Amino acid sequence: MEIVLIGLNHRTASVDLRERLAFTPEQAREAAEQLRSRGILEESLVLSTCNRSELYGVPREDATDSAGAVELFVASFHQLSLIELNGSLYRHRDSQAVRHLFRVSAGLDSMLLGEAEILGQVRDAYQIALDRGETGPVLNRMFQAALEVGKRVRSETELGTRPVSVAFSGVKLAERIFGKLNNHRALIVGAGATSEQVVRHLTDRGIKQLRVLNRTPEHAVDLAARFGGEVVPWENLSAALDWPDLIVTSVSASEPILTRAMIERSMAARGNRALLLIDLGVPRNVASDVGDIYNTYLYNIDDLTEIVEQNKKARVSEIPRAEAIIDEHVEKFLHWQAGVAAGAVLGDLRKKLVAEREAFVQERLASMPHLSDADRAQVAAMLQELLERVIITPAERMRGIPELRRKLQNFEAIRDLFRLDREKP
Amino acid sequence: MFGQWTFAAGGTCCRECVHKMTSPYVIATLLFYAASLALYIWNLREPSRAAGIGATSFLVIGLGLHYLALLARSRLIHAVPYDDLFGSLSLFAWLLAATYLCLEAIHRRRAVGPFVLPIVIGVFLLAHLPEARAVKAPPAQGPLFAFHVTLNILAYSAFAISFVLSIIFLVQNWRLRNRKLGVVGWRFPALDVLERMARSSVLIGCISLAAGMTAGLIWAHRLEGKYWDGDPKVIVTALILLIYVGYEFLSRTAAWRGARASALCIFNFMFVIFSYSIVNRYLSHFHRYF
Repeated sequence: MEIVLIGLNHRTASVDLRERLAFTPEQAREAAEQLRSRGILEESLVLSTCNRSELYGVPREDATDSAGAVELFVASFHQLSLIELNGSLYRHRDSQAVRHLFRVSAGLDSMLLGEAEILGQVRDAYQIALDRGETGPVLNRMFQAALEVGKRVRSETELGTRPVSVAFSGVKLAERIFGKLNNHRALIVGAGATSEQVVRHLTDRGIKQLRVLNRTPEHAVDLAARFGGEVVPWENLSAALDWPDLIVTSVSASEPILTRAMIERSMAARGNRALLLIDLGVPRNVASDVGDIYNTYLYNIDDLTEIVEQNKKARVSEIPRAEAIIDEHVEKFLHWQAGVAAGAVLGDLRKKLVAEREAFVQERLASMPHLSDADRAQVAAMLQELLERVIITPAERMRGIPELRRKLQNFEAIRDLFRLDREKP
Repeated sequence: MFGQWTFAAGGTCCRECVHKMTSPYVIATLLFYAASLALYIWNLREPSRAAGIGATSFLVIGLGLHYLALLARSRLIHAVPYDDLFGSLSLFAWLLAATYLCLEAIHRRRAVGPFVLPIVIGVFLLAHLPEARAVKAPPAQGPLFAFHVTLNILAYSAFAISFVLSIIFLVQNWRLRNRKLGVVGWRFPALDVLERMARSSVLIGCISLAAGMTAGLIWAHRLEGKYWDGDPKVIVTALILLIYVGYEFLSRTAAWRGARASALCIFNFMFVIFSYSIVNRYLSHFHRYF
């Protein structure tokens, strides 16, 4: 029941090497198949994202240096030499491998601390491996626990809740004001790359009513078409302000394009409903005194950058809480693993003792011809009962007392002691 | 409008002290409410599933114990909780906690808990610190009277919730407008949600108060043959209903929506406190407790 992990990530390898070692879904399937057919691993799972390529596996019971074998396989699969990989690959075993996976799913090992995408990528990788029958009891348990860890860390800590990009911060601010964005309207002034990031986040968060204005109409048409919005002619900017709850500006202009007078007029026209203005332009696109108008909320690029910096610090401060959740689940997993190992050892021990009893009874009863069949059966039954008593009590104690399993750390030693066959449970 | 018929201001009530702060139910209730508050605050500072569930669970247990405390008190003084000011305060605290719990269940938000629980605990302490004394029964009772009192106290609990929500709205609005969200600012409900929650609380309060007042007037008519004899409590309660209906209307208008409506809601609650304290204690001849 050993677990091995071989991999590299953004910390240990350059982007060039990460690209060369990445697995497409088809390659992942092929690699898993080969690892099993060559007898290197019994269970396997490939997790490949833009920042990491990792291979999790459970080797055969009798395998020696399985991690080295996997490493060699990975190098040859991608037609790389071990020298090229030198120092870039990391190897983890058992509890370290489990902890590593839990940290990955929690977003602690990501380039952007606490990012949410990785949990979905772990889920997808596991689902694919599960569907293909590449995982077994150990990896199933391990990945299910990893998904639970990811969920818990995200719901019980603020590691992933606070936005750490300017565009997403603006959208999260909108949610602080309007709640769910489904029924709210956004006006995007400027169709550049920054606007596109905001629009992407807005649509991800459920906004459906979107209008785009741009001095160059073609760009507005393109952005609106990709995200299902409408295009408004630049000349109608003033009138367009009456419509939205959220205005995002990102245009190149030497003077503010939205003045206090314009916003005051639009606020009156829209019944003073709350209006959030996110000004991503430099120089600023919205006059600073717009923020003084009743029920308006004005954030410029510096305000959002400051929020991002605060949130980054806040995320770092959440690491100990996330680690505590991980510790709890690693401990739980190790208990389960030890329980399974203990069960297997005791099962094998029982089988061996039963077999020895059979031989012993036959041998000894052969020299006692005066015994009737009933007596022989009774002697056999008594010895069987003795064996059950000898084996059942420790078995129950082993199953019921985690502390005992911890003390008996090396079940392989028990196997050796009783010369038990190495059969997989 | 809720309250107790009074008897000879000079103390014809029995002097036998029967229910003190040392009642085990009272102490247990207080402990659970305090633990719940501590966990709500913890959860606001460092959100965790365990703290959140613990806070709600302690509040539920506290509510159950509070109910038993009310029951024990009523049995000992042979009166329903609203027959005296302290009993009615305790009932108010109970309904406030229960209303908040419903709100939490509906909106699945615990961020308001740290602000409601101190009021619940404060009022509960105020209600149970003095010794309870047996009071004479009012001249008439029955379901209509019970409806009248309970609905009015429920209305005041709903107004208290809207008061807390409005305060949170103003603080959060200030933070957002001044770009000072800080740590806690990200954990409060959205302004829009706070506004809607406050409005729905006020709506519940208005309906309860209108129904409670109607029940009270009918009950008074049955008792004395007239609906109203100029009692200031009725005037103040009608005024409270009017200003809260006004809030409901104004909070949807262009000029008032947002922070102004929240300020109005806070202002309105001052009338509730005035009605509950000064009017009941000194001005009303029909709704005095003692």
